[in-house]
Amino acid sequence: MTDFLLQPWPWWFSGPLIGLTVPLLYLLAGKGFGISTSFQQIGALCSPRSKLDYLKNYDRRKGTWTLVFAFGIVIGGFIGSHWLSAESIEFLPAEFFSVWGAAKLFIGGTLIGFGARYAGGCTSGHAITGIANWNFPSVVATIFFFVGGLGVTWGLGHILF
Amino acid sequence: MATLLDNKNTDHLAPAPTAETETNTTARSTTSAVDSSLVYATTLMVGTFLGILFTKSEVVRWQRVHEMFLFQDSHLYLIIGSGVAVAMLGMAIIRKCEASDIYGKPIQYKPKPFHKGVALGGMTFGAGWAITGACPGPIYAQLGSGVGLAGFTYAGALVGMYLYAWAKPHLPH
Repeated sequence: MTDFLLQPWPWWFSGPLIGLTVPLLYLLAGKGFGISTSFQQIGALCSPRSKLDYLKNYDRRKGTWTLVFAFGIVIGGFIGSHWLSAESIEFLPAEFFSVWGAAKLFIGGTLIGFGARYAGGCTSGHAITGIANWNFPSVVATIFFFVGGLGVTWGLGHILF
Repeated sequence: MATLLDNKNTDHLAPAPTAETETNTTARSTTSAVDSSLVYATTLMVGTFLGILFTKSEVVRWQRVHEMFLFQDSHLYLIIGSGVAVAMLGMAIIRKCEASDIYGKPIQYKPKPFHKGVALGGMTFGAGWAITGACPGPIYAQLGSGVGLAGFTYAGALVGMYLYAWAKPHLPH
């Protein structure tokens, strides 16, 4: 059992448990599972005098939980990699440890932040929570997540990777 | 459509909560937050649970995401698929039982509206996912695991959020 837990978890174990967090977060906290709203929360917190509607009209107090949730994921990441892994995890391939690698992460990160907020959610809010609630726009969003991801991987892969 | 996207926020204009906060802090003598500390405790717990799952399921690994987009590895498809299936079942049960959360408030999913950004932003997001090998949840899990480079991904994500905040009035919705 300990052996099993210290190895990478198979999909049939981790996938259903990830799905379970959606009803769990509703039942225990009354919140809809989503992660990228925490970006907007940080924007609204760091720029309290912003004239931009997107930050000005955002209720920072109501959104505090998004940061608590994100912080939980940070703690979980620590526990998972430091206490629950027999071997160290290779998060990023060695070639990312370079100026070009860091630049790629920054540019890719910008696309993530911009795209997730423009689409109104990310993989958790749209692909998992949205589809699980039969929300049609979330199906469209998920299809386009893959259009973008497959397009970059197959179209620009020879330059990027 | 832009108003739809904002409908959860429009009831609060910037100056109003400030005034409210001041009266509330004296009354409650705690934080100015609207949720109880129990909500924050359970939210933190579920977040931690999820962070462990993100890490141990390997959705935090660039290689896994890359191989998903190359159709070389079914691991992530199976995780997303089984995750959605279980979440769907859980929500169906909640709807069927008209369940409330532990505070007695009825559980209700707030639908995300459709607009052009769902497709355009979705595509942009997907491109970033493929390049960095992480979506927002895994970025946080990577940071917690001590992956320093994830700081670049996260910094980028916040810049992207600001770019959207700035560009929003000019973008098709």
